[in-house]
Order: sequence, then structure tokens, then C-alpha cells
Amino acid sequence: MILGKVVGNLVTTISHTDYNNHRLLVVQPLIPKNEKEDEDFIAIDNAQAGVGDIVLVLREGNGARQVLHTPKACIISVIVGIIDSVYIERGELS
Amino acid sequence: MQLSRVIGNAVCTMKYPGLEGLKLLIVQPLNKNLQPSAPIQVAADTIGAGIGQLCVMVRSREAAQALPYRQDIPIDLTIIGLVDEYNLTPFSLDNISLQEGYTNFT
Repeated sequence: MILGKVVGNLVTTISHTDYNNHRLLVVQPLIPKNEKEDEDFIAIDNAQAGVGDIVLVLREGNGARQVLHTPKACIISVIVGIIDSVYIERGELS
Repeated sequence: MQLSRVIGNAVCTMKYPGLEGLKLLIVQPLNKNLQPSAPIQVAADTIGAGIGQLCVMVRSREAAQALPYRQDIPIDLTIIGLVDEYNLTPFSLDNISLQEGYTNFT
């Protein structure tokens, strides 16, 4: 799982049936200071997240299917939580 | 899942059994600013995308799973949604870095 920031949303009227009734959000992974920006991706919202939230994202297909209770869905990234706070030990991010 | 734009189509006559009837499209993967983020790739299409369309793709094993009645075929990129509306917040670039110590986000 990774930490990310929701930076946008998108609407797909015509989409695969597995994606019906799910919101799609654009997520930018968080990185330590001075490191190269990771590539952004699209995730399904399962935690009522919104733009600007820091979220916990599951990026694995089997886990995503378990979270959504759909044994054969073609979904990889699911937002499974909204982060309140993060503590990182001093000296760990060099 | 990733954004992409359809820029062409591909035809292949000799292919692995099970791929018959699949529509193959050339896609340009895009980042959140809709700028190219990777070399062009070939994706299978499930929803009838056309050239110039902005769409959402799914990768890896789930790409094969997106195709109905065909689960065991060699496909690793499939188009699963056509983007109608796309909103990106203007503040998206600042403050995506993690800092040492206690950070409160709410």
C-alpha cells in the first residue's frame, strides 16, 4: 500500500461493467523530500475520499477484488483509507 | 490504472489462439497533466474507443480479466473506460513530499 494525494477526478460514462457505481480519482504518490516524483495513476474510491485528501491506496489486483467483493473484477488500484497523520522518525529520510 | 489517448489501430493476422476478434489500438500513455509519460503501446479494447479519445487503461493480469469469456489470453493492457470529464486541481504540484516528524493532514 502507498500514501498518495488525490489531485483530480474523472468521469467515464462508458466504461467496463466492473467500474459501474465507482468513483475514479487521480492519485499522486507522496515522496520523501528531494526525490523524483512518482508517476500518478487512477484509483477507484472505496473510502469516500475527495480531492486534496491524503489517502491510503492498495495497488494490487487480488487485494482490490477482495476489498470490493468482486471475485473477477478488472480493478487494480483502490483507495482504502484516508490518512489523518503520519509520523516518520527523524533521520530516516536522508 | 492509467490515462491514455488512442492514436491509431493495429491489425495482426497471425496471432495467438484466443485473440481472434479483439480490437487492438495504439495508445499513448499520459500523466495527470495529459503529457506523454511512456512510449506508445498496444492495448486491447473492450468498450469501443476511437482514435483521439481519452481513455482509462488497466494493466497486468486484470487486463485479461476485463475481456468477457476470455481469461487465459496473453493481453496485458486493456482500455476499460472513455473519459467524459476530467478535473485536475491546480494545486496538485505543491506539497506531495513527506517530511520527518509528525505531520497532520486533517
